[in-house]
Amino acid sequence: MSNAAPLTILGGLLVRPGEAAPCAGGLRAADGQIVALGDISAEVGDVVVQAKGALVAPGLVDLGVFAIDKPACHFGGITRAALMPDQNPPLDHPARVRFAAQSGKPNLWVHPLAAATRGLEGREMAEIALMRDAGAKAVSTGRRWIGDSGAMLRLLRYAAMLGMVVIAHAEDDGLTAGAVATAGEIATRLGLSAAPAEAEALAIARDITLAEMAGARLHFRQVTTAAGLALVRAAKARGLPVTAGVSPAHFTLSDLAAADFRTFCRLSPPLRSEADRRAVIAAIGDGTIDVIASCHDPRGPEDKRLPFADAEPGMAGAETLLALTLTLVRDGVIPMGRAFELLAGNPASLLGVNAGVLAVGAEADIALIEPTRPWVVSSDRMEASAGNTPFDRLPVAGRVTGLFKGGVRVR
Amino acid sequence: MTSPDNHAAKHEGRYPPGSAAFPHRGLLGIAGLENHQLLFLLDEAEQWVALNRQSHKRAEHLAGLTIINAFFENSTRTLLSFEIAGKRLGADVVNMHAAQSSVKKGETLIDTAMTLNAMRADAIVIRHASSGAVRLIADKVDCPVLNAGDGRHEHPTQALLDALTLRHALRARGGSGEIAGLTVTICGDILHSRVARSNILALTTLGAEVRVCAPPALMPAEVEAMGVTAFHDFDAALAGADVVMMLRLQAERMQGQFIPSPREYRHLYGLTLERLARARPGCLVMHPGPMNRGVEIDSNVADLVGTSLITAQVEMGVAIRMACLEVLTRRARGVAGWEPDWAPDWAPDRAGASA
Repeated sequence: MSNAAPLTILGGLLVRPGEAAPCAGGLRAADGQIVALGDISAEVGDVVVQAKGALVAPGLVDLGVFAIDKPACHFGGITRAALMPDQNPPLDHPARVRFAAQSGKPNLWVHPLAAATRGLEGREMAEIALMRDAGAKAVSTGRRWIGDSGAMLRLLRYAAMLGMVVIAHAEDDGLTAGAVATAGEIATRLGLSAAPAEAEALAIARDITLAEMAGARLHFRQVTTAAGLALVRAAKARGLPVTAGVSPAHFTLSDLAAADFRTFCRLSPPLRSEADRRAVIAAIGDGTIDVIASCHDPRGPEDKRLPFADAEPGMAGAETLLALTLTLVRDGVIPMGRAFELLAGNPASLLGVNAGVLAVGAEADIALIEPTRPWVVSSDRMEASAGNTPFDRLPVAGRVTGLFKGGVRVR
Repeated sequence: MTSPDNHAAKHEGRYPPGSAAFPHRGLLGIAGLENHQLLFLLDEAEQWVALNRQSHKRAEHLAGLTIINAFFENSTRTLLSFEIAGKRLGADVVNMHAAQSSVKKGETLIDTAMTLNAMRADAIVIRHASSGAVRLIADKVDCPVLNAGDGRHEHPTQALLDALTLRHALRARGGSGEIAGLTVTICGDILHSRVARSNILALTTLGAEVRVCAPPALMPAEVEAMGVTAFHDFDAALAGADVVMMLRLQAERMQGQFIPSPREYRHLYGLTLERLARARPGCLVMHPGPMNRGVEIDSNVADLVGTSLITAQVEMGVAIRMACLEVLTRRARGVAGWEPDWAPDWAPDRAGASA
């Protein structure tokens, strides 16, 4: 597929599937795919890159962005991004899916997620099979819950028949309607409309039950509470094909971060209590959480420089996804190999794409990473189309120094 | 220009000197204010209580200054109170009545703030339906901002006027006027009430024991973290109370059904004479207004002379707002000890502005 010269990366530390710690080695890619790994040498005509001890890792597969933002993705080491159907208009039509699937090529592959229902309104099912054939890699309920249990069951059965994963948003909207924060001391002090954190567990309990009835493959895009995680953990223990994701915001910040009415901390689902934040970290450590995604949603001042309740939810997260996940490696929560399963391997297999791992025959989507290189997040100096990061001024470590998509350098 | 001022002399030794007595640029909330800063504002208001009781109710402290009352949410009494306060201090007062909808259609809140700022107001008083909106504007303008109520968040001048009203009522009974040690029961729609939040903060800071009472649906989560005791049973909440503050049911803020009906609400939470008898003898009754007579409070309680402070609250409202306007414009007026940039960086509203 690629006309580019073969690529050889030498002198790196390879992050390979199934191995907790990276080991020294090189990688060779030709025709867009990895052809050799380990103790290799360059061949005549190869483009040779000296990694100089940097990590050689799979390019990140970001399971859930709200905008196609190439500079931010490339900064963050993301080579593939699943595009949420919450677009304007929503991705509920095959033509829009087809267009979105082409929109990032060649240097960022966008995998559109088909809207589960027309207009994401949670009522009539959208043309999921046609969207699948137009390039949709999974079905998503968007940033909302399907309140009608009958509609959700029909969706899960249909998606199971088509062999597509359903990516659900887990908040019972009977409780969360109008809420912009999690009920608790902070929301009470700020006078913000709030919903109990249990809204998440309620939604998860129902959706797991329905998925079991339907025999469907269900992924919760974000599970952010101890109660919700316990349900996912129990479902996995029973052998159900249920997986869960989270964004770095929910393991890095609690609702205290919004205490100054900081609209950059207005997220969906909202930030939770400190106890829930710790539960998320524990769930990443014990394998309950399978995916860490950026939820990248760049929003300018017209959406964010508003009173908290009037501001749009969402954060610019693509640039900080890797560095914040590496804090979990630094803190001993997970080994390095696991970090890239969460960031690349698992999301790729969920989407059914041949990427996300360093393996012979896989797409040569490769990131060179200096995992301890320090930098400071700054909302004023971001590559994203808007700087709405809740991590402004946070010192972090881990920087992408080179990025290859299909064996071709993109950064 | 510096005008001769006797304030410093008046409270000699009771408060830190000059602007250290009140180092905040604006009044965005009670949160972040110290006990002595609240007492300072209350003491400052006393002179205005006295002035307002004279036939000639006019001072010239703010002569030549422009105050804009920007009300993005409907208000009658608070707007009137701020307007009278400004005018009695000699300021030029302008009222901007921006209905929420027209602002939403057109320019953003920030643009409105920049417009007000460009008109070189010396103080801006803001009411807005959204929690945090006043803070947002305050970060964008150069002059002091006074919060006249933002969503369910805070209504600081209401809490201050309630404290001043209580102090006067207690003194009229021969007491010291100390709020510390009182048991105050706040009953009603705590969830949607900015008055409740500001009063909880002010009364606990001043040393009172505060109880809040509401049906579960109208009680905010973890309200105990604010230092209060929560009750669902009004009779229990009233037992031993020195003061009871009734809140209005804020139907306009309710999405969904919170109570079955007004008469059922009255049955459980209405302040009747019989209920009042369960409180400590001589219990004082307050209500921020406007009242729903026959719902949260019976007329024979609201009009009970010597017990109901409801009209006194309105009177004290003007005085406390005069005090806030006068104190907060001292920097701009160059009052001795209140020179600009005296405020330390750690003052809460400062730290927020640069964050």
